[in-house]
Amino acid sequence: MAAARLPGRNVVTDREHITAGPTLPDVAQVWDWLHAVPDPEIPVISLTDLGIIRGVAYEDDTLIVTVTPTYSGCPATSIINLDIETALRGHGVEKLELRRQLSPAWTTDWITQSGRDKLEAYGIAPPQPAGGPDKCPHCGSQLVEKMSQFGSTPCKAQWRCTACLEPFDYFKCI
Amino acid sequence: MATEIKPADKEMLTQFLLRMGDNTLILGHRVSEWCGHAPVLEEDIALANTALDLIGQTQLWLGYAAEVMDDGKTADDIAFLRDAWDFRNLLLLELPNGDFGQTLMRQFLFDAYQSILLPRLMKSSNQAVAEIAEKASKEAAYHVERSAETVVGLGDGTDESHRRMQAALDRLWPYVGEMFVSDDVDAAMAAAGVAPDPASLRAEYDALIGKVFAEATLTIPDSDFTHKGGRNGKTHTEHLGHLLTQMQWLQRAYPGATW
Repeated sequence: MAAARLPGRNVVTDREHITAGPTLPDVAQVWDWLHAVPDPEIPVISLTDLGIIRGVAYEDDTLIVTVTPTYSGCPATSIINLDIETALRGHGVEKLELRRQLSPAWTTDWITQSGRDKLEAYGIAPPQPAGGPDKCPHCGSQLVEKMSQFGSTPCKAQWRCTACLEPFDYFKCI
Repeated sequence: MATEIKPADKEMLTQFLLRMGDNTLILGHRVSEWCGHAPVLEEDIALANTALDLIGQTQLWLGYAAEVMDDGKTADDIAFLRDAWDFRNLLLLELPNGDFGQTLMRQFLFDAYQSILLPRLMKSSNQAVAEIAEKASKEAAYHVERSAETVVGLGDGTDESHRRMQAALDRLWPYVGEMFVSDDVDAAMAAAGVAPDPASLRAEYDALIGKVFAEATLTIPDSDFTHKGGRNGKTHTEHLGHLLTQMQWLQRAYPGATW
């Protein structure tokens, strides 16, 4: 499911835009800028790490960024859209449209490997297909237990390590 | 989310979408009433998160309803500017919360329904309905896992928790049947391939709740009497109006307020 990005490095259509007025940034450049936009709730990972940017493309000279929500009620969604817009406008993008895409529904499979590594280093156990963390992100012990299926954000649950006794967030696998 | 809709079907589709959206809106509001009041912090957070998911789903359902109605209204207008008789939620969901056990019992009875209905809606002939259902069904699957676990934990728990859960089931059971009472709207949706006839979900529902209640050592009341009137808006309980005075307070006090 590396489909999260592998963006338009092979999309060369931007050449046709070069002649039309001001130069438009190419799609790969836009992806690079989006790599640098942090998730507002878990700023250690970027929006592209999270796998919620589903597409970057031009329609005529308007840049279309397609975003999928993690959870339908996640309050960060509107902040994410604002952050994307602020970042891209800051890089000089003038004609910009953000589109919401519901299907295919976001899955934690779209979190990149680097995103998983960053989560763990930050103290959040990355999602596991088994439905629970494989180890404590603090001490590495496998002696962990669930405290609650829900946590500080819609995407996390609360777990506890019975070896080092530290509570920690687990990124729910959906 | 553009899907071609014949004018004749518009009213029926709107009613269907209001039922979906009002269910999640009213339950979402009820569950949010627990915020800051749950017995332990973890449950408080769990309830708030559940409410948040439900309100998020409401934005999708009522947002699409507004699109179909096509008269300039938004999801917010539908949520905040209608009165009790325009709501199409199940009566079960507007009942006061009762104690924590009753709240979780109601949550389980509804989660079980959604966990069966939403996967069917993913195959809807209406693309927008299918997409919303795809998103919502993941959340519903997670919700039913938790509410079922809690019903088992409390049902098969202490004498007091068992007694309270049985009382909650006895109290709420007469409101379960409304989920499966079909009418013209359901027939129109089924004929158009938009949604299944709710009556067709009953067997699967009974199997699911039967399994959980057996594990919870709870007894399903031996009665099929059903209160109804929420889904079609004909007879809401007196509780809905009180709920709306809270939920719609801002728009009632300051009409048209925005920020």
